[in-house]
Amino acid sequence: MHTVEEQRNSSNEQHLESPSKALVQVKNATKRYPGTVALDAVNYEVYPGSVNVLIGENGAGKSTLMKLLAGAERPSEGDIFVKGKSVHFHGVRDAEKAGIGIIFQELNLFPDMSIVENLFIGNEMRHAGKIDTRAQYRKATQLLERVGLEADPSIRVGDLYVGQQQLVEIAKMLGRQVDVLIMDEPTSALSQKEVEVLFGIIDALRQDGVAVIYISHRLEEIMRIGDHITVLRNGRIVGVDLVKNIDIPWIVRQMVGGDHKIFDYRPRQIGEPTLTVKNLSLKRVNGTFALDNVNFSVGRGEVIGIYGLMGAGRTELLEVLLGLHRSAVGQIEFDGKPLAKGKPANRIKAGIALVPEDRQTSGMVQTLSVRDNMTLSSIGRCCSHFLGFRMIRGQLEKQQSQRMVSTLGIKVSHDSDKITTLSGGNMQKVIIGKALLTEPRVLLFDEPTRGVDVGAKADIYRAMNDIADQGVSVIYTTSELDEALAVADRVLVMALGRITVDLPRDEVDRDLITQKASPSAVQDAAAQ
Amino acid sequence: MTTVTNNMSSQDHPHRSKSAQASWVLLQVLKLRIFVALFAVVLYFSLSVDNFLTTNNLLIMAQHITIIGILAIGMTLVILTAGIDLSVGSTVGFSGMMAGFLIMNGIPIGDSVLFLNIPEVILVTCLVGAFIGYINGALITYLNVAPFIATLGMLYVVRGAALLFNDGGTFSRLQGHEELGNMGFSILGNGSLLGIGIPVWLLLALTLVTWFVSYKTPFGRYVYAIGGNESAAVFSGLRVRRIKLWVYVFSGFCAAIVGLVITSQLQTGHPMTGDTYELRAIAAVVLGGTALSGGRGSVIGSVIGACVISILNDGMVMSGVSNFWQMVIMGLVIIIAVVIDQLQQRLHKRVMVLT
Repeated sequence: MHTVEEQRNSSNEQHLESPSKALVQVKNATKRYPGTVALDAVNYEVYPGSVNVLIGENGAGKSTLMKLLAGAERPSEGDIFVKGKSVHFHGVRDAEKAGIGIIFQELNLFPDMSIVENLFIGNEMRHAGKIDTRAQYRKATQLLERVGLEADPSIRVGDLYVGQQQLVEIAKMLGRQVDVLIMDEPTSALSQKEVEVLFGIIDALRQDGVAVIYISHRLEEIMRIGDHITVLRNGRIVGVDLVKNIDIPWIVRQMVGGDHKIFDYRPRQIGEPTLTVKNLSLKRVNGTFALDNVNFSVGRGEVIGIYGLMGAGRTELLEVLLGLHRSAVGQIEFDGKPLAKGKPANRIKAGIALVPEDRQTSGMVQTLSVRDNMTLSSIGRCCSHFLGFRMIRGQLEKQQSQRMVSTLGIKVSHDSDKITTLSGGNMQKVIIGKALLTEPRVLLFDEPTRGVDVGAKADIYRAMNDIADQGVSVIYTTSELDEALAVADRVLVMALGRITVDLPRDEVDRDLITQKASPSAVQDAAAQ
Repeated sequence: MTTVTNNMSSQDHPHRSKSAQASWVLLQVLKLRIFVALFAVVLYFSLSVDNFLTTNNLLIMAQHITIIGILAIGMTLVILTAGIDLSVGSTVGFSGMMAGFLIMNGIPIGDSVLFLNIPEVILVTCLVGAFIGYINGALITYLNVAPFIATLGMLYVVRGAALLFNDGGTFSRLQGHEELGNMGFSILGNGSLLGIGIPVWLLLALTLVTWFVSYKTPFGRYVYAIGGNESAAVFSGLRVRRIKLWVYVFSGFCAAIVGLVITSQLQTGHPMTGDTYELRAIAAVVLGGTALSGGRGSVIGSVIGACVISILNDGMVMSGVSNFWQMVIMGLVIIIAVVIDQLQQRLHKRVMVLT
C-alpha cells in the first residue's frame, strides 16, 4: 500500500503540471453517506485543453466526486474552486452556470419525447417567447451529425437502442457551451465504430480548450485518449500522473492496491442440464426484439457468464427466466420438464432466484432492516402454522439471517439495522443472501458487481464459486470483459437480444467477444 | 442479548460528539411524538375544561375515538402499501343503510321476504363492506387504476348507492320485531361489557389483531415490503396483487363495522353517514406517523392518532371553540404532523452520518 504522498513522489514530478494551471480544483473534499465514507479528504485537479482520466474500481468514489463537481451533491467537508474562485453548487444548474456539464452514466433522457426535445430540455431556443422549433431542429441535425447518429431528430428517444441514446446524451452536452465536460463511462453502450466517432469529438473538444473528465473502466481506451490520470481507491486518491508516463499494469496496481487477486476460477464437475431455454423471444413495445430467438442450457453446478453491452437483452433474459415479461414466447425447461408460464412467486418456489441489476430499484426494500430484507423471499419457511395461519418464528428468522451474514461476510453491526446503513457491496450481499435463502437450483445474477468495492467484488465471486460447488447452476451477466472470464465455465455473448456466440472457457478470445458484442457488427453480419 | 446492546451503546456513546448526541435524543423524542401529542392534548383540556376528566365524558370520547380509530386501522394497511382508500366514508354510509334495509325490509325472495337475525345482518353487512373493498382492490391491482382514482370513483358510486337504497331517505327505528327474531341491534353500539362499550372492545380487538398480523405474520411483512419498494417485492417473489387486494378488502370490512356501530348507536341508518370520514381516517394515520409514500408506520400509531384527533375535536367543542376555528386548528395539526415527520427523516439521516 502506498500513501498519497509516496505515490506523488514516486511519479515524475516535473511532468506534472502545477495545480495553479488547473481549471477546477477540489480541496480536501470529504463526502459521507449513512454508514460509509464515499470520499475521504480528496484533492483533485482538472486541467483545461486535456483529457483528465479518472479511474477506480466500482465504489471507489468516482461517481461521488463527479456528483460534487456537477452540483448534484454537496461535500460534507472541503471546497471546490473553479478558475481559482471558491464555488458552492446548490444544484446541477449552478454547476452548468459555472461551465461544468456532465453526461451521466445513467441515461437522463425522456423516452417519450423526441430527440430534439431531449437535446434542448431546460435549454430551449426561443423566439418571441415561443420555442423556436425550426432552429432547434436545424441545430439538432448538426449535433446528431457531429456524434455520427443517423436518425431523424423528431423520432422518440425510446425507439432508439441504448447505444444511440448514449449518443443523444452526448449530443445534448455538445449543444451547451461548457468549459468542463464530465463523461461518466460514455462508451459502456457504444460499439467500436461509435467509440471512434466519440474519440474524434473528444479530440476536437480538447483542441477547443475544454477540460474533459473521462471516466472509464476500459484501460486501452484510457491509454489512447487520456492526458492526465487520477486513480481513486476506497474514496482516496492513490495515484496521479500523466498518461504518457504510465502503462496499464501501473493502473491496475493503483486501482486494486498491490497484487489483490480478485478472481479465482476453479474447474468443477458439471452435471446434467437443469435449465434449457429454447427459441425464447420477447418483443418490446416499439416492435424491436429485446430477446431474439435465444437458445442455451446450463448444467448442474455450472457457471455461465453472459457478456454484453447495455441494452443487449441480458437483463430481459434473466427477468423472463424469473417469470416477468409475460409476453415472452418460447420454451423454458427445468429438469427436463417444460416450465409453465408463471409469476416470480412460482418460479422462486420451483427453484429459480434472481439478484436484480439495480439493487436500489428492484433489489432491496429501503424501509426494512437487513434481516427483514434477507428473509423477505423465504419468510414462509420461518413460520409455525396455527389454524391455517402462518406466524413468523422470530428466533428462526434471526438464525437464518445471521447465518447468511456470516456466510457472505456481510459487514453490519446488527442485522436489525436498516439496510440503507450498509455500503453498496454489503447491500448487494444481503440481496444475494435473500436469493440463497430460497434454496435455489438456478441462481441468476444480473450485473452483481455493479457499484461495489473490490473486496466485496471478490466476496461475491467467491460466493458464486461456493454456490456452484453445491450443485447450483449459476448465470451471471456483466459488461466487464475481465469479469466475464472471472469464474465462468462458459461465456455467452449477447447483442441485439441474440446470443451471438457461446464459448467454453478454454476457447475464450477477447477480440472475438468484443466483436460479437457490438450491435452494429452483428447487424452488418445479419445484413450480408 | 440486552447486555450486548448495552455494551455496544456504552462504547459508542463516548465517541459521539455533543451535537450528535443531542440530535440522537431529539430523534428519539420525535419518534415518540404521537404519544407526546396525546399527552399534551389530554393535559391541556383536563386543565382548561372542567368536566373533561369525568368518567362519563371519557366514555363518550372513547365512543368517538372508535369511529375514526377503526377506520384508521383499515386505512393504515392500505397506506402502508403506498395506496389510499377514499371510499371508506361512503362505505360507512352504505353499510349502515344495508343493515337498516335488512332489518326493516328484509330480503325479498320470490313472494316471501327473508328476515335475517342480528348476527346474520352483521355478517352480511361486513361481507358487503369487504366486497366494496374487493372492487377497489380489483380495480387497482388487475386493471391498474391508480388507488386515488379508483377509490375516488367508488366514493361517489357507493354514496350514490347508499342514497338509492331508500330514495335518499333513512331507515329509522331499527329495534326490530320480536316475531321476526331480529331484535337487539342496538347492543352492538350501545351495549357494554365490564363497564366498557362494545365498540371500544371492537377497537381494541381490531388493533391487537392488526398489530399482530402486521408484525408477526408473513402477510404483514409483505405489506411493509410492498409499500417500501414494490418492484423489489415483485423480484422477491411476493404475490403483490393478492396482498394489495386483501388490504383493500380489510379496509372495506373495517368501514362496514363502523357503519354498523354508528347505525346501531343511532338506531337509524342515514345515507349520508360517514361523509368525509375518509379524510379524518387519513389524518389519524398520518398523525400517527405512517408515511403516505408507504412502507413506514404502525397500526398503534394510527389508533393513537385517532385518539388525538377525536380528543382535540371533543375538547375544542367543550371549550366552546367556534366551528370555523376548529377546522383551521385541525388542518394545522395535520400539516404540522407531516412537517415534523419530514424533520425526523432529515434528522435520522444526519444521525446516521454522524455516528
